[in-house]
Amino acid sequence: PQPLPNRCHPPPSSLSTPLSPGERGEFRKQRPRGTQQAHHLQRNMAGAGGGNDIQWCFSQVKGAVDDDVAEADIISTVEFNHSGELLATGDKGGRVVIFQQEQENKIQSHSRGEYNVYSTFQSHEPEFDYLKSLEIEEKINKIRWLPQKNAAQFLLSTNDKTIKLWKISERDKRPEGYNLKEEDGRYRDPTTVTTLRVPVFRPMDLMVEASPRRIFANAHTYHINSISINSDYETYLSADDLRINLWHLEITDRSFNIVDIKPANMEELTEVITAAEFHPNSCNTFVYSSSKGTIRLCDMRASALCDRHSKLFEEPEDPSNRSFFSEIISSISDVKFSHSGRYMMTRDYLSVKIWDLNMENRPVETYQVHEYLRSKLCSLYENDCIFDKFECCWNGSDSVVMTGSYNNFFRMFDRNTKRDITLEASRENNKPRTILKPRKVCASGKRKKDEISVDSLDFNKKILHTAWHPKENIIAVATTNNLYIFQDKVN
Amino acid sequence: SAAQLPEACPETLRKEMEDKVTNPEKAEEAKLKARYPHLGQKPGGSDFLRKRLQKGQKYFDSGDYNMAKAKMKNKQLPTAAPDKTEVTGDHIPTPQDLPQRKPSLVASKLAG
Repeated sequence: PQPLPNRCHPPPSSLSTPLSPGERGEFRKQRPRGTQQAHHLQRNMAGAGGGNDIQWCFSQVKGAVDDDVAEADIISTVEFNHSGELLATGDKGGRVVIFQQEQENKIQSHSRGEYNVYSTFQSHEPEFDYLKSLEIEEKINKIRWLPQKNAAQFLLSTNDKTIKLWKISERDKRPEGYNLKEEDGRYRDPTTVTTLRVPVFRPMDLMVEASPRRIFANAHTYHINSISINSDYETYLSADDLRINLWHLEITDRSFNIVDIKPANMEELTEVITAAEFHPNSCNTFVYSSSKGTIRLCDMRASALCDRHSKLFEEPEDPSNRSFFSEIISSISDVKFSHSGRYMMTRDYLSVKIWDLNMENRPVETYQVHEYLRSKLCSLYENDCIFDKFECCWNGSDSVVMTGSYNNFFRMFDRNTKRDITLEASRENNKPRTILKPRKVCASGKRKKDEISVDSLDFNKKILHTAWHPKENIIAVATTNNLYIFQDKVN
Repeated sequence: SAAQLPEACPETLRKEMEDKVTNPEKAEEAKLKARYPHLGQKPGGSDFLRKRLQKGQKYFDSGDYNMAKAKMKNKQLPTAAPDKTEVTGDHIPTPQDLPQRKPSLVASKLAG
């Protein structure tokens, strides 16, 4: 079988000018391998040799081993904090589990610190809105960390309707030696006190406490799909199917509506908001994606209600290629800015696209995640898999992007070398520091040894959520109910 | 449950085979239309979107429930058969019929 072609457009020649006609001509050719960018510092990914390639190794797996998955245990979101020291997961049962990376063991220099449970709490609970006959799921749709300002950690977690600000703080000392209380808390009879002493703080076993500090409720008629913290670290946005609201982290009794795409007549509804994110550096800029495959960039300085976009990113489609499935598979399930703020990445059903914010008429790079599924769309529509919402993420240096697929496969694309790799999250490889073997799916024809045919893929094993450590080559990959942590091979 | 496959005429079959080679997506569309001939005209359009917006809708109407209770006075309301999880049709749902959603009392297995 032919290797899957990547439709890669050459990167723009400078930071501010769009592609010249000559560069735009390089449409479907593979980029020649010799042309590396001078500023590329990150090591390349594992592929066809080369001393600098990353090799991914199994590190840890969390969760139950048994195949019978309780619905509450289905992982619904995964997110590293800004330093990468903490890793949070949310599940369908409304629970949050936070893992903390151990301090690096200087003696055992062949691996980085392991992630162990730091805190776990029930973030959201199921509710029933009797007025609207609406069941409100407790499933955590998104978790976003605030940057650390003091000893405590803060995160936002949201279900379909309510966003909560959680404070996670450590307690490792407690006061002892009260005059009026015994050590177990019982009050002493004051008449028995003959001397006075000054209470002192003594060390105790570390206790991590999570407490809800703010509850942002009743602002969304439809289901919240995204939250994003502004670079001003004071405000954040929340987006549902039709509206986006702007909040101040300190104020819970009001929010500003900044986008409203609800039509006056619901019969005219043609598209919904699927994801939204603030720009990492410009506090006035945010983007939102739609079910029709478009991304709108808005500038909050332009007007209070950002219904008119500043930029509209859309790839032109050949109308003769249009089918019943075209719109469904073009629906964008995730949008993420690069750390640099120069690019954004979108995930639709079959591909990952990188957009230059300076060029609206087409993406600069397109990577096929599982093109072999195009000839299976009928079945995927019937079993609803075509509506699966995959997320995507960048590595710390924006040189590699990652996204999930079926059969517990996940894919990485190196933007510089144009190489890609398919790996599997499976307990079969679970000895620490076992190097993961690349996987290959056979689209048609004769299946080679070690390849998997499309018809053997397990579509119930989906990797929808992945996260990349902000600084290191450590990734967190969520299967249905397990969390895998992989690291690159050190030494 | 799949619909009955209608008889495919030779012309459709030939075009289908051509399409399969040049455009797998169109071939899949033909397959789908063959199975579900009454599938909506607007591809991925309003019906599908509106269904998405209505996620979570359960059929409990407190007005109906209270009216029915008042009418029947002391008699028991007809409840759904124990094996039915969906509330539809003539019977008036009661709060007990709604699937009880309680928060997870068990800790996440990820923390185990």
